Amino acid sequence: MSRQTPLHEAHRRAGARMVDFAGWSMPLHYGSQIAEHHAVRRAAGVFDVSHMTIVDVEGPQATPFLRRLLANDVARLETPGRALYACMLNPEGGVIDDLIVYRRGPEQYRLVVNAATREKDLDWLARQAEGFAVQVRARDDLAMLAVQGPRAREQTLPLLPAPLREAAAALAPFQATVLEHPWMAARTGYTGEDGFEILLPAEAAEGLWEALLGAGVVPAGLGARDTLRLEAGMNLYGADMTEETTPLESGLGWTVAWEPAERDFVGRAALEAQRAQGVPRLQVGLVLEDRGVLRPHQRVLTSAGTGEVTSGTHAPTVGRSIALARVPAAGAQDPEVRVEVRGRPLRARVVRPPFVRHGRVRV
Amino acid sequence: MSEIPTDLRYTKTHEWVRDEGDGTLTVGITDHAQEQLGDMVFVELPEIGAGFAAGDACAVVESVKAASDVYAPVDGEVTEVNEALADSPELVNQDPYGDGWLFKMKPAETDAVEALLDAEAYADYLEEEAH
Repeated sequence: MSRQTPLHEAHRRAGARMVDFAGWSMPLHYGSQIAEHHAVRRAAGVFDVSHMTIVDVEGPQATPFLRRLLANDVARLETPGRALYACMLNPEGGVIDDLIVYRRGPEQYRLVVNAATREKDLDWLARQAEGFAVQVRARDDLAMLAVQGPRAREQTLPLLPAPLREAAAALAPFQATVLEHPWMAARTGYTGEDGFEILLPAEAAEGLWEALLGAGVVPAGLGARDTLRLEAGMNLYGADMTEETTPLESGLGWTVAWEPAERDFVGRAALEAQRAQGVPRLQVGLVLEDRGVLRPHQRVLTSAGTGEVTSGTHAPTVGRSIALARVPAAGAQDPEVRVEVRGRPLRARVVRPPFVRHGRVRV
Repeated sequence: MSEIPTDLRYTKTHEWVRDEGDGTLTVGITDHAQEQLGDMVFVELPEIGAGFAAGDACAVVESVKAASDVYAPVDGEVTEVNEALADSPELVNQDPYGDGWLFKMKPAETDAVEALLDAEAYADYLEEEAH
């Protein structure tokens, strides 16, 4: 039996096709995933992302703990209300998970990690927390809605509880509210568009959901979420990076905080060794020039050997098929490669993601 | 519940076949199939003149979700393909039994369609498959 989010009945009412995702019953789409994709690029859509795991990390040693745990450095979050994207690595430099960390106070942080990696992440957090004066607590009492699109903020703000409204309106990108309030609004997302992610008590989720739909925000499912994030050049854990790949091989070098050199985060030695030897494989973006659809695990033929598509799809805003791929480092310089699509070598242009940002095609 | 017109014949691989009465058959995928696959983004059609045996993969429909083979419902030769699908694959979703047709073929045996499922048998088959 799959787990259900607090919005399960609301999805049924909205005509969702439900699928199992990481042990959760989740909406794939509500009729047309492409229409939902365009709604987010052009106006606003709302995603139920309550399956994501929300974890509060608090205590006198919360900062040193997270500086040890994460490859990005929470010391960059100088003031409460700021957020950071980071990878949690194993000692070999492989990615255990990617996450967003919000600084909530001097000694208070909130992590949002993936649903599919929940048990492994909570285990790892508990083990790594030994010896640190911190409490690690999964917040299963919270739901999470992502409202995304150029009109998302203006359509969401009037529906927020009064005390939160002004603070949410004032947020810069990658900031979150820090009020003593059961709701948290963050100007973050996974679509390449502006918008909010709202973390709120589970029992309040349906009210906000219905109010957003009433205001004309389009319900959007996991299908559109995937095409939007891929166009935005954002990695999907388990596809574009795993425990077998380092951030440097996954287009996530920018999330590794090398300075200060004395910060000894888990996986640092392995990453330094890989960097010194030369990273063997790199992530590239691909735009298919021939007709067809790029899909995960297709072979990519470069001048320096064979690579693999890690995520690929038809991209509704780009109007072509796009992909993220991992290729031999020297092959990443090729202007064009071939991808074996159903037995045929099709031409693909090598580009630097994102493919789309704020509604505009960039490749 | 998906639509299953009674004047068509069906396969267990979810193709539909219309006997045009002029020695040709029109082939497409069923409403059930398009619903399962989701938004179509690419359709690859056979060459005109190509010959296929019943059950041969002869076309590909790709949705946002996955690529699926389309199988020749009977032995025969392709006589025409739906060119409109190159630019508008969504016709397969919008009108699977009409503008979303895939190709026409000339069957090797004139009464070949008789061996295919009728609407009732196909409906029963979908019912079975769901359980």
